[in-house]
Amino acid sequence: MGTAKGKYAGLAWLVRYRFWRPSFAVAAMSIVITWPCDICAGQTSHGHRHEVAQSEHGLGEASRVERRREQIMRVLSLSDYNTRIVLIGTGLLGISAGVVGPLVVLRKRALVADVISHASLPGIAIAFLTMEMIEPGSGKSLPGLLCGATVGGLTGVAFTAAIRRWTRIREDASLAIVLSIFFGLGIALFTVIQNIPTGNAAGLQHFIYGKAASMVADDVRLIAGTSLVVLVLCGLLFKELTLLAFDQRYAAVQGWPVLLLDAILMTLVVAVTVVGLQSVGLLLVVALLIVPAAAARFWTHHLPRLTLASAAIGGLSAMIGVAVSALYPRLAAGAVIVLVGSAMFVVSMFLGTRRGVLRRMFMHRRLARRVGEQHLLRAFFESTEDTASAGAATFGDLLTMRSWTPRQLQRQLALAQRQGLIDSKGAAGYGLTRRGLEEARRVARNHRLWELYLIRYADIAPTHVDRDADQIEHVLSPELIDELELALEEQDAASSIPSSPHAIGPVAAVAPGAR
Amino acid sequence: MNEPASVAYDVDHPSSSPLSIHDMTVAYHRKPVIWDIDYNAEPGELTAIVGPNGAGKSTLLASVLDLVPRVSGHVQFFGKPYHQQRSRVGYVPQRESVDWDFPVNALDVVAMGLYRQIGWCRRVTKPFRQRAMEALQQVGMEAYARRQISQLSGGQQQRVFLARALVQDADLYLMDEPFAGVDAATERAIIDILHHLRSQGKTALVVHHDLQTVREYFDHVLLLNMRLVAAGPTHEVFTDENLRKTYGGKLALLDQVGHQMTLAEPES
Repeated sequence: MGTAKGKYAGLAWLVRYRFWRPSFAVAAMSIVITWPCDICAGQTSHGHRHEVAQSEHGLGEASRVERRREQIMRVLSLSDYNTRIVLIGTGLLGISAGVVGPLVVLRKRALVADVISHASLPGIAIAFLTMEMIEPGSGKSLPGLLCGATVGGLTGVAFTAAIRRWTRIREDASLAIVLSIFFGLGIALFTVIQNIPTGNAAGLQHFIYGKAASMVADDVRLIAGTSLVVLVLCGLLFKELTLLAFDQRYAAVQGWPVLLLDAILMTLVVAVTVVGLQSVGLLLVVALLIVPAAAARFWTHHLPRLTLASAAIGGLSAMIGVAVSALYPRLAAGAVIVLVGSAMFVVSMFLGTRRGVLRRMFMHRRLARRVGEQHLLRAFFESTEDTASAGAATFGDLLTMRSWTPRQLQRQLALAQRQGLIDSKGAAGYGLTRRGLEEARRVARNHRLWELYLIRYADIAPTHVDRDADQIEHVLSPELIDELELALEEQDAASSIPSSPHAIGPVAAVAPGAR
Repeated sequence: MNEPASVAYDVDHPSSSPLSIHDMTVAYHRKPVIWDIDYNAEPGELTAIVGPNGAGKSTLLASVLDLVPRVSGHVQFFGKPYHQQRSRVGYVPQRESVDWDFPVNALDVVAMGLYRQIGWCRRVTKPFRQRAMEALQQVGMEAYARRQISQLSGGQQQRVFLARALVQDADLYLMDEPFAGVDAATERAIIDILHHLRSQGKTALVVHHDLQTVREYFDHVLLLNMRLVAAGPTHEVFTDENLRKTYGGKLALLDQVGHQMTLAEPES
């Protein structure tokens, strides 16, 4: 059927280009918005809110606890219309900010987002004044104010771009200049507005600190619409924006309109910022863009996955933040959202599977262990190489082989024993196991190959070569060993171990201070 | 002549040269960095661009590619302006020009060379990924295709950049210091690629900093120090005399005049 085909062509097109998972989330949430309000059944077409009786005076302790539990249940089950509205609105905002964020951070434009949010303030003030002038009393019309914010934000970006283009002022300085000029102008205009007799300017302050709780269904529709546009644009231009962020010059050489792409990216930031003003406020909206992106970076090296993770972190922190502030109405939602996001950032920083601190510490520890183990094995090998001690070395023998303290040596021995590389031979000391011997031969061989290489090609004196080789042998890959063999014509079986180019003996005389 | 059309070179019409530069002067912030360059690239040959630091080698490449505005002069690729010939020109920028901490893998970077062919709003589909993989194979990096780019060595990163240009299958390659700070294996790989390109009748202009290897690697050389000192076959042009001219004199006069020009014009 022709009509059906036409009807679903758009859908097929959407599905064909992946990246629509966040968009589906948006769609699902939009459906939730249309759930009727359970207080005034069915009327969802108008923006409205209900004052839930907050009075707790006169209630007994037991019923207060009861009431609290009920309140928590209402928030968690999304049955409270007001909370539901706010939750969905800020959740969508968090998701779209989370999607735009990584591109902004990777493009190294994090501070530009801050400029945009601050530059929106004079835009709001001017829009208010203009509307008051045209028709007194209409100043607080939201679409008008948001248009003003958009124009303000874009003007701010244009200013920074112009300063960057035409002067030699450095980027950070130009950003600081534009940010403070616009914010100062905005604050000045706000004081003017306060003193206008006709204009009732109360509520305008919410744009600075945000007031998520005052969100109504119409606001959520605005956020949902904007989010959808932002997500679709991000999905369509993901490849182009990635190239822009990675290598702008190459993009230009290839003929991509770099200026236009940059403008699109900045417009996306402006869009997210402007719809975020009401709920999180202009001071904190930048955190919604930057923090989830930075947190997600600890988990993956894969940009599409990073973007999805960032969207998830953004959406979750926004919704958790709103839920918390619904339970503790004295906590401003915007601040709680940012704090929850920051908590996720800190957790990611430590636990992140790609570059988390703990993972790095773990890797470092593992390397240190391996290095220690290899040192021990080589000491074993060298101390027993020429003697008839039947592969056994005493603690004293080993102690003189390197400049390690008795405690370090003891720990290494214990570790190696647990690994099954050495075993105790009672009075004779310790001996290498079969596996230990194999490993020791390999390590000693690598060490000596590298020593020979350094002596032959890097003109390093045989007496000094030991210490240089000491650092390198642990990182030699099999391919590098092959190359070394080639260079040194040491192509005998891997079992052949060249003899040491320098005297092997106690190092005690060299570094007695190290004990 | 049996040569492919792309490299057909008519002596009477130097404009059909892969790259012809006419009276080009380039300035950064009103200070001229290269003066009056007149040059026709030798088709089907490997040409080294040689000169001291600050001689304007990278600027030369950037300005012919319209990345830096020219004060005067004009540039043609195969007889046409650059914006009509983008697909026939492959560019390998300096490795340091990007942030290698970027969350993409080697294959993603190579695929960027195909973005123009893929077009707006479309995803990198399998045939394109296949081509990117082939380009990685050409530079001996197929084993590292899924490796995040920060985990590659400097030489491997350079090879990824080279593959990104190769995947485009251009006729002229402009390379900015591809040999800078690379390991022996990469140097070998790049040389092999250059020879392979030449055998296919393609042209390459390579900014090169190692005077020792110029003779060995390149048939033609362009000596540059703010102006064009000499250009031609290596055995004729790469002489002590010319090198002295390129590296010896500091070209104090040009530099001074340039400085004067920035002072004379008030900052607006």
